[in-house]
Formats: sequence, C-alpha cells, structure tokens
Amino acid sequence: MPTDDRSLTPERVLDAYRTVLRARALDDRRFVLNRAGKLAFIISPRGHEVAQVAAITALEPGRDRFCLYYRNFAAALACGFTPEELMLSAFARASDPSSGGRQTPGNFGSRRRGVIIGSSTVGPQIPKAAGIGLALKWRGEGGLCFVSFGEGATSQGDFHEGMNFAAIHRCPVIFFCENNHWAISVPQRLQVAGPGVAERAGAYGIPGVRVSGDDFFEVYRVVAQAASRARAGEGPTLIEADVLRLQSHSTDDDQRAYRDADELAAEAARDPIPRMRDALIDRGWLTPEGDRRVGEEVSREVERATEAAEAAPDPDPASLARHVYADG
Amino acid sequence: MAERNLVQAIREALLEEMERDPRVCVLGEDVGRKGGVFKATEGLQQRFGEDRVLDTPLAESSIAGVAQGLALEDYRPVAEMQFADYSYPAFNQIVNEIARVRYRSNGDFSCPLVIRAPTGGGVRGALYHSQSPEAFYCHVPGLKVVLPSTPADAKGLLKAAIRDPDPVIFLEPKKLYRGARQELPEGEAALLPLGVAIGSTWRSSICAPCGHGTSRPACDRWKRRAGSPSSTRPIEQADLVPRSLLSSPSGVLRASMLRSRGSPVPMCRRCHSAPASNTRSC
Repeated sequence: MPTDDRSLTPERVLDAYRTVLRARALDDRRFVLNRAGKLAFIISPRGHEVAQVAAITALEPGRDRFCLYYRNFAAALACGFTPEELMLSAFARASDPSSGGRQTPGNFGSRRRGVIIGSSTVGPQIPKAAGIGLALKWRGEGGLCFVSFGEGATSQGDFHEGMNFAAIHRCPVIFFCENNHWAISVPQRLQVAGPGVAERAGAYGIPGVRVSGDDFFEVYRVVAQAASRARAGEGPTLIEADVLRLQSHSTDDDQRAYRDADELAAEAARDPIPRMRDALIDRGWLTPEGDRRVGEEVSREVERATEAAEAAPDPDPASLARHVYADG
Repeated sequence: MAERNLVQAIREALLEEMERDPRVCVLGEDVGRKGGVFKATEGLQQRFGEDRVLDTPLAESSIAGVAQGLALEDYRPVAEMQFADYSYPAFNQIVNEIARVRYRSNGDFSCPLVIRAPTGGGVRGALYHSQSPEAFYCHVPGLKVVLPSTPADAKGLLKAAIRDPDPVIFLEPKKLYRGARQELPEGEAALLPLGVAIGSTWRSSICAPCGHGTSRPACDRWKRRAGSPSSTRPIEQADLVPRSLLSSPSGVLRASMLRSRGSPVPMCRRCHSAPASNTRSC
C-alpha cells in the first residue's frame, strides 16, 4: 500500500485525471439533460472532482469499503462505476446498478465494489462506517472504511456519534469532509464555529488534517497517510478537504440567488481541473495535445453512455414493491 | 427442560445463538459487565468477551448505526435499546437506513440484525420507561416486529429473529420479564418460526389482536360477558409484522370489527381474519 506519492506512477495519475474529466463532462451533460426535461434531479460534484478522485486513488477499491454521500459522483467513478452506469442512475432506469431507479441518482451502491448503498438523509453513513470499521478491525485483514460527507453533515449528531465510536475502538475509518463552505444556502459561519471541521478531531483524540482540495497530490498524500494509520491499527483520521462548490446545490437550486456574483466569478476562476492539468504538464506527464485527445475520448464516452442509458428500459411498475423483505 | 421466566428465556436464546453462530454479537448500553439493566445479557460478556458483548457509548443512533455496519459486513448483531422509549434517538437509523437498505439497493444489500428493547408499562417506570412504540415500527416497511408474551415465545422467536434475513424489532414486555415461568426446550427444539400468530382455540368470526400478555385476561373477560365461546377471538399477537394474519385468504376485516387490547397497534388496516391452521394455541 502506498504511503506517499512516490508510488503514484504517471499512469495512475493520468488515469485519475481522465476520471476527473469524465466526472465533469458527464455532469455537464446531466445538467443539459435536466434542463431539457429528461432527468429529474441531479447533484453536481463540480469543484469537488479532484479531491474525490485523489482520495479514492489513495485507497483500494475491492478491499476497502466506501460510504459515499450524494455529491460523490466523481468518487463513484473512481470506485469503478462506469459512465453508462451513472447515466442509468441519472435516468432512473431499471438497470441502474445502485437502486434500479428507486433512489435519486446520488445514492451510490454496489456490493461487489464495496460501495455501501447511500441514502438521502445527511450524516447517517457516519456511525454506519464506524460499525463497518469495527467489523473490518475484527476481521483483521487490513481493510478500511472511507466515509465522506459535507461540512453541513458535521452539525448532525450522527457525526459526533460515529467519530466518537470509531475513535474509542480505533476503527480503521477515514472520515473525509468535503468542505465547500455552503450547505445549500447556509454558509459555513452559520454551521461551524471556529476555523473549520478538522479541529474537532482533537476532541476525539484522533488526528485532524486540513488539506487543499484542489491539490491532487496533497489530497492523495494525506489520505494515503490516514490509510496507513488505519491499516496499522492506529485508528481513524478526520480529513477536511477545502473545496469549491462551483455549481448550485442541485438542479433545483440556483446559488446566484444567495451568493455574491463576484465571489462566484472568483471561485469559477479557481476551478481545480485546470490546476491539475497544469501540474501534470509541469511534471512532463501530460502534453497539451495529450490533454486534448483525452478530452475528445471522454466526450465520446459521454455520448455513448447517454445514448445507451436513454435507450434503456424504465423499471417495471410491477417491481415497485419488490425487495421490501428477503422473500419479496 | 428447565423452568425459565421471560428474561431468562431471552438470555438463553442469546447464549444459544451466540454459541451456534460466531457472527452473532450483542451491543448496547450496559449490556457487558453489568449484564443489562434488566439482566437480559447477564454473564454473556464473561463468556464471549468484550468484543462480542460490547458496551457502547450512551448514544442510541450509533448503536443502531454501528449494528447496521456490522450486519452489512455479515455479522449478526443484536443491539439493545435500554428502553423502547429510548429507541427514538435511533429512529432515523432504524426507519430510513436499516429498514430501507434492501429496498433502496434493489436487493443488492440486506441488513440482518435484531434490535431488542424492553417495552410497555407496569414497573413504575413512569412516562419514559413505559412506552410501547410497536405502532410506529409496525408501519415501517422492511421491519419485522415481534412482541412475545411468554418465555417460550420469547426464546423461540428471538432465536428465529437472529436467524432472519431481515431486520427485526424485538420488543420485550418488561412487566412480564419476571412473571410466569415455563419449561423451555433447548437448541433447535426451542425455535419458533416468525409469521405464526398465537391464538386461542376458539372459532370465531372476529379476531381481537392482543399484546403484552393480555390475551388471557381478554379471554376471561369476554367469556364472562358472552357466557359461552365468544364470537370474538383473542389472539396473542406475538409476531406483529409480518403477521400470519396477513397471509390469510379468508378476507379482510373492517377496522370497526377489530378490537385491539394491550397493544396500541392499529391493526385494522392490514389485518385479516385468521384460519385456525395458521395460529398456535395458547
């Protein structure tokens, strides 16, 4: 297991960059489809993509568990969901792998990928992750549970209860807070007193780390360190990734109604994807020509995924009451 | 066979299931060294260790949430809420998370766990140690709800609940914990299937679902009133969801025809009359 960025080969980073571009392009297409009336409801990862993909790249899909939240579209791609699968979710088709069209499309789940099915309430995945961590600790095979949430979720009692339990039992859990400073329209200053979320870790006797969420290599490094601690039996870590919310909360929200226009323009100019691209070009791992080629390939993937998902059948209404119980 | 009261029956069921299946574990407030405030888990931590009988922080939402995490990882947790009244802080975990896992994942995930809780009044517990929340939980799709009234039912149904593939809310009438004793079979012989109501042998056209051990007084009262086998049939409703009554082909009774006693569950909407073959005699 990598503990620092030396094991980050150019190939792995370029794969991650492609995943970041996929997330952005798919999300842009979902918004167009929503405005065209074809998709009901979307929550965008715009601004979070680099942090999400960097975090998952530092972990081991297949071995680890992932309790994601509804803004983790890019993280889901990094965990192995394909563009077509995520479009099937967006269209709520029968073959949506997460829920067969039963949930809003941000609630990712796939047993074989270790992605624990999410829900729409805020924060309940946090004590659940502590329990999964306890089970992984008992099993003793070095697996860990990664759980993510926004800064709004840290106001929930479940944040405290889950952190407290995992800290007491030194569960192998990484608490990953994506702090975009807005919970729909409520700014961070009305959500968290003090500088932020990372400081709260001290109250549980565990490390708390704040990291710039637009720096792929830094996010990778702190998540890999937290993973090393977890796998070594040293317990959980709280990571606060400072990210931007470059899109409204959801397709039903318009942040221009409550955020300052200058601030939105300034944040748009700090989009983390060009920064990642420039870092890769500076390292000589990517050329502008290579970047253009990847972008074109991703566009074609988005086209194929959209066409396939749009043509896929809706769930059979007769299946509405299935899976309430094991025998139904 | 030894004579046991209801709380001893609970303990015996836990012990037997923990011995049978190493995935079964117990967690909750005071369940470990103290053995639970009603002694339902007494001696289990000494026998199975601090992991498998885990004293949790005093936080019900995480008791349910952690239990769910364990169940998702193929353990078989039995979580204790110290009083059913205190299950409400865990209501979101139980109702929105645990009960919905299978449905919302289209059958990809399941959550086989048991949440035990002492319920009902009768022990001078006043407002917050006497509540009977079965009505809430009976109306939650995805949950099964059990309310035993005899030691044999408690043991047999708890064993079945632990083995069940779905989440079960197992409510224990605390007034009956140290009530009547009964000879209990051991091991597999004690197992009772979920989904079979316990009825009187009377034939009748109306069923009166009872809980908290009230079917016998109900029988007596209605016998006195009618003077002869009544047209009302008290049924000790140990197994509230899924009700055996639900599967009856013999027709739906209207709400006004049902009399509920002992349990505040509004049974009527989904309750059917029960054929004798689908009930066990009390």
